[in-house]
Amino acid sequence: MQVVLDGVHKQFRKEDGQVLQVLKGINLTVRAGEFLSLIGPSGCGKSTILNIIAGLEQPSEGSVRVNGKPINGPGIDRIVVFQEAGLFPWLSVLDNVTYGLLLKNMPRKKAEAKAMDVLRMVHLGRFANAYPHELSGGMKQRVAIARALVMDPDILLMDEPFAALDEQTRIVLHQELQEIWQQTKKTVIFITHNIREAVMLSERIILMGTRPGMVKQEFVVEAARPRDPSDSVLVHLEKRIMAGLEQEMEKVLKEEMGDDYRLQKGVVYHDPLYHLGSDI
Amino acid sequence: MFITTLFIIWEAISKSGLFPQFLWPPLFWSSHGEATVFGTLVGGLISGQILEAALLTLSRLAVGFLIAIVLGLALGYLIARYRLFDDTLGFVVTALQSVPSIVWFPLAIVWFGLGETAILFIVTIGATWTMTVTSSTGFKNVPTLYLRVARTMGSKGFHLLRTVILPASVPHLISGMRVAWAFAWRALMAGELLGGSGGLGHLLEMGRALQSMDLVLSVMVIIGLVGTVMDAQVFLRVERSVMRRWGMTVRT
Ligand SMILES: Nc1ncnc2c1ncn2[C@@H]1O[C@H](COP(=O)(O)OP(=O)(O)O)[C@@H](O)[C@H]1O
Ligand SMILES: [Mg+2]
Repeated sequence: MQVVLDGVHKQFRKEDGQVLQVLKGINLTVRAGEFLSLIGPSGCGKSTILNIIAGLEQPSEGSVRVNGKPINGPGIDRIVVFQEAGLFPWLSVLDNVTYGLLLKNMPRKKAEAKAMDVLRMVHLGRFANAYPHELSGGMKQRVAIARALVMDPDILLMDEPFAALDEQTRIVLHQELQEIWQQTKKTVIFITHNIREAVMLSERIILMGTRPGMVKQEFVVEAARPRDPSDSVLVHLEKRIMAGLEQEMEKVLKEEMGDDYRLQKGVVYHDPLYHLGSDI
Repeated sequence: MFITTLFIIWEAISKSGLFPQFLWPPLFWSSHGEATVFGTLVGGLISGQILEAALLTLSRLAVGFLIAIVLGLALGYLIARYRLFDDTLGFVVTALQSVPSIVWFPLAIVWFGLGETAILFIVTIGATWTMTVTSSTGFKNVPTLYLRVARTMGSKGFHLLRTVILPASVPHLISGMRVAWAFAWRALMAGELLGGSGGLGHLLEMGRALQSMDLVLSVMVIIGLVGTVMDAQVFLRVERSVMRRWGMTVRT
């Protein structure tokens, strides 16, 4: 069991002094080499879980263990790919990718050779000397993935890495990510609010409930790879996940609209969820 | 074109005899063999009088400005990093920033005596507060995302400061330096005028004492030139290219 969250609670103190309970009693176990997705309405605490595993945030209560050891801050065994690429604008693409390697005291020549390999893997070999402001959103995100992969972490943490990309790019990157995962057998914890994306990529999907965030349901994806979106297993699974997500979305809407809220199935069922499930 | 018109008006006034020639000297054309501004300027550059003074001034500026940058970065970092410094020093610095630096001069004279150190002191102090304020703002506004990325890669402490916090603040720092430079430059001129130990400001004072307005005006031209060149050619250019690289939109 590679990553184990045991009774993780997280509270944030807001500026007005109120306490916001974001995560409540999260128990989660991720196997080595597993591709796990976390899905849930926005604001349910997905990023918070990922940041806690990354060591960027501390849980208010409970423990997180990686390979049996409690984590104590960030570590290069766990690298994060964020929704925004977060490339350093003052460094070239190549220097962005070698940043972590040089930090590990790898000789520059070797680091650059390794970075070039990974850049070619994400089809950006020709852009090694470009600067981030010269790249498109999809290219930036590829560099961010290359920058994470080059570190060869045991665990890859991905926080909606493709959410800001266009459809074409996303499909290509899904394929690339699947291949990379199959080749390297890294543990991937992948956050998304796109159900299709989750079923296409994951072995297991955790559906989160909101306010406070908790584990609501778990789905195992039993479909052969490479996956085909029209596979009846996947289509059926998508429906089940969507049903679970709908309940959570309704909860959010009810809370936000108060008495004005009337269950208008047409609105709630089709608008946001249609998009969530079937936008590929 | 505008400049030419100004020149012509100037010359006309000079020739009109409205003021004595030594009070309002001609720029280029001398009619009765009196000194012209242009002539004094060229002569002063060739004889080395103006050149020497300019070099002395610039070296003072460089030293004072450098000290101010180092001090400003260090204080700015403390303020951005530690709450305690922000609550105490941060407040004091903001107050000090609004004190014109020449106000420090009497104090500087008492502390260091009239001379080099006193001048350097007010140049440094003129630029330090601005540099402190802008660098602390810059450091505070480093995007969290950059810090998170660097920290997950294993960066911390001085490495994080050197490879992320400093470069990410460069746009702020450059703007800060531009303002700090302007303060330092003004403080230096004031200090030299009163300080009596060489430099362009001192030359101005000498010109006044000798009733030689052509010298005064020549020095003013040099002062104006240095200021413009530094601001428009050096700082503005660096600022533009930094903004472009750092992915900020540039107004043209
Ligand atoms: N540093 C923070 N301080 C205060 N509130 C926060 C902080 N980080 C996240 N939150 C709040 O916690 C909740 C969950 O955030 P997040 O984990 O980013 O959700 P998700 O990624 O699922 O959209 C949100 O309501 C957010 O406003
Ligand atoms: Mg999020």
